Amino acid sequence: MKFKLILRIAKSLLLARWRQTSVAAAGVTFGITMFIALLSFMMGLNEMLDDMILSRTPHIRLYNEVKPNARQPINASDAFKDSYNFIRSVKPGSSRQEIYNSHVIIETLRQDNRIQGVAPKITAQVFFNDGPVDITGVVTGIDVDEEDKVFRFNEYIIEGKPRDLNTVSNSIILGKSLAKKLLAGVGDVVYVTTAQRQSFSLKIVGLFQSGLEELDKVQSYTSLATAQKILNKPGDYITDIHIRLHDLKKSAQLSKEYSHLFEADAEDIISSNSQFETGSFIRSLISYSVGVTLLVVAGFGIYNILNMLIYEKMDSIAILKATGFSGQDVNRIFMTIALSIGFAGGTLGLAFGFLLSYGIDHIPFNTASLPTLKTYPVSYNPIFYFIGWSFSLLTTYLSGWAPARKASKVDPVVIIRGK
Amino acid sequence: MEDRIVLQAKHISKSFHDPVSLPVLRDISLEIRQGEFASITGKSGCGKSTLLYILSTMDTDYEGELMIDGNRMKDKTAKELARVRNEKIGFVFQFHYLLNEFDVLENVMLPGLKLGKLPEEAVRLRAMEILRQLDIHGTAQKKARQLSGGEKQRVAIARALINSPAIILCDEPTGNLDKNNSEVVFTIFKQLAEERHQTLLIVTHDLEFAKNTHRIIEMEDGRITSPVTCSKTYA
Repeated sequence: MKFKLILRIAKSLLLARWRQTSVAAAGVTFGITMFIALLSFMMGLNEMLDDMILSRTPHIRLYNEVKPNARQPINASDAFKDSYNFIRSVKPGSSRQEIYNSHVIIETLRQDNRIQGVAPKITAQVFFNDGPVDITGVVTGIDVDEEDKVFRFNEYIIEGKPRDLNTVSNSIILGKSLAKKLLAGVGDVVYVTTAQRQSFSLKIVGLFQSGLEELDKVQSYTSLATAQKILNKPGDYITDIHIRLHDLKKSAQLSKEYSHLFEADAEDIISSNSQFETGSFIRSLISYSVGVTLLVVAGFGIYNILNMLIYEKMDSIAILKATGFSGQDVNRIFMTIALSIGFAGGTLGLAFGFLLSYGIDHIPFNTASLPTLKTYPVSYNPIFYFIGWSFSLLTTYLSGWAPARKASKVDPVVIIRGK
Repeated sequence: MEDRIVLQAKHISKSFHDPVSLPVLRDISLEIRQGEFASITGKSGCGKSTLLYILSTMDTDYEGELMIDGNRMKDKTAKELARVRNEKIGFVFQFHYLLNEFDVLENVMLPGLKLGKLPEEAVRLRAMEILRQLDIHGTAQKKARQLSGGEKQRVAIARALINSPAIILCDEPTGNLDKNNSEVVFTIFKQLAEERHQTLLIVTHDLEFAKNTHRIIEMEDGRITSPVTCSKTYA
């Protein structure tokens, strides 16, 4: 009942000066609109960049590093037990690149609920023979279905069908730039020579473009079975296991755990790609600060207009107080006015912000390096809307606080006497 | 009932301190009984308005005691005083002081809604009834700023009556009105006092007006110069 009365008085005061109050609300609307649009655009860009690099990179990579054996014979000798031994020019022994017991490891990882997906891989260095010229390249044996599930492999295929890797024997998918260099297209045959000097002819079933030119110049994909055949290895030969987690931040911790558990080397995304994380963070920081600045400016607008309103309504405040409204009631009336401006302006701002980011989302944006991108990237994360809306209320609350306090302190005697 | 003291001032003094200490009220004692129709007169600057603001609880910077309807006003919080003003006191000022954002009916209803003793519908009926008694019910839906001066003052009186206050305080209620409207307002006050036994205390410098009230309290230099008790009895 009492709140209803305060709301009613606030509404009448608001409507009596609807032009000024709409200007104040428009300030908030503008602030929130820009806040939403800017953040959506920036975050869309962030997500796109993250997508381009981070999502194609495994969160954890399990592999066996080619390195000298840590246990050298001299250390086992009793004669040199008490001395510190320096050994120079140690060569890696006949250590195997494959991951031991890979089937069991993959099965174990698939049971782990912290993991989103597991993709086994075989990496081999090869030469692509193009007449008299040899072009160095990398052939990666993949499980097409797993690869698509974990790294959305199919999105980067610009020609051909990735599943043909499974059905067509001795087939290969080339990077677009690599294919251009070899003057080859889908249906053609390319010749590859392995480091072990074995030659194979492989049929091109598709082309891919990752957006990273350097990668597209050297990378090619075959099925696991074809890769094993090229390398002359048995059917359980796997050199890498790529793991994608539900929570990227856990990668460092989990990589240690897996490295220890499976006795393999593990590399996590945070330590290998920390610069992207920093870039994303700085970009978000900039967008948030610009957004907050806009809202603070809008807040000053509200402060000004409320102050003006209070000076104009001194008589009304005096009469309300004389007829039995307390300072607290008057304070509440003006806080209600401030918050209604924030509420209306903020809600409108959310709507306009959505429309603006929707508009940006439909502006064509074509770039050779990003084949999947047709328009500017925009993120529609509801958290921005929540932050924007809460912030509009917070700003108006803070900017209404001082004027409302002033209004509640108006001495009716001074006003009535002053006439 | 007639003997109940509605408003009692005991030894009230007040000084202004800016720029130098200047006493405006000196040891004022005063009693207003239920049903009295009293006026305070005096020259400009004698302190009559200052006294009225103290009696109305809006000015709390004074020495002495103030009792309204038997309750001590000193030491009450601002919120409690607001409640007293809402419930016990009705106001009529020189410059009408209606809320221009509201229509006439709402202006009259607001103190009643604030009091919250009656549901809104009952407050509305009561407000309409008072407006009808004061013969201005035709303006109920008009905005306050569309009214003439005389009509505004009658609306202000209606607003003062809405909560059936113990006392109505008026500050130069006819000071801004022409002769005709002044007479209308005076007639209303007289009717309220004589027919409804409404207690009224009116500050005015209009001697003609004051003479027609039942009791005149004269002030000079911050002191009351006329006898403090009721000088004239009436039915």
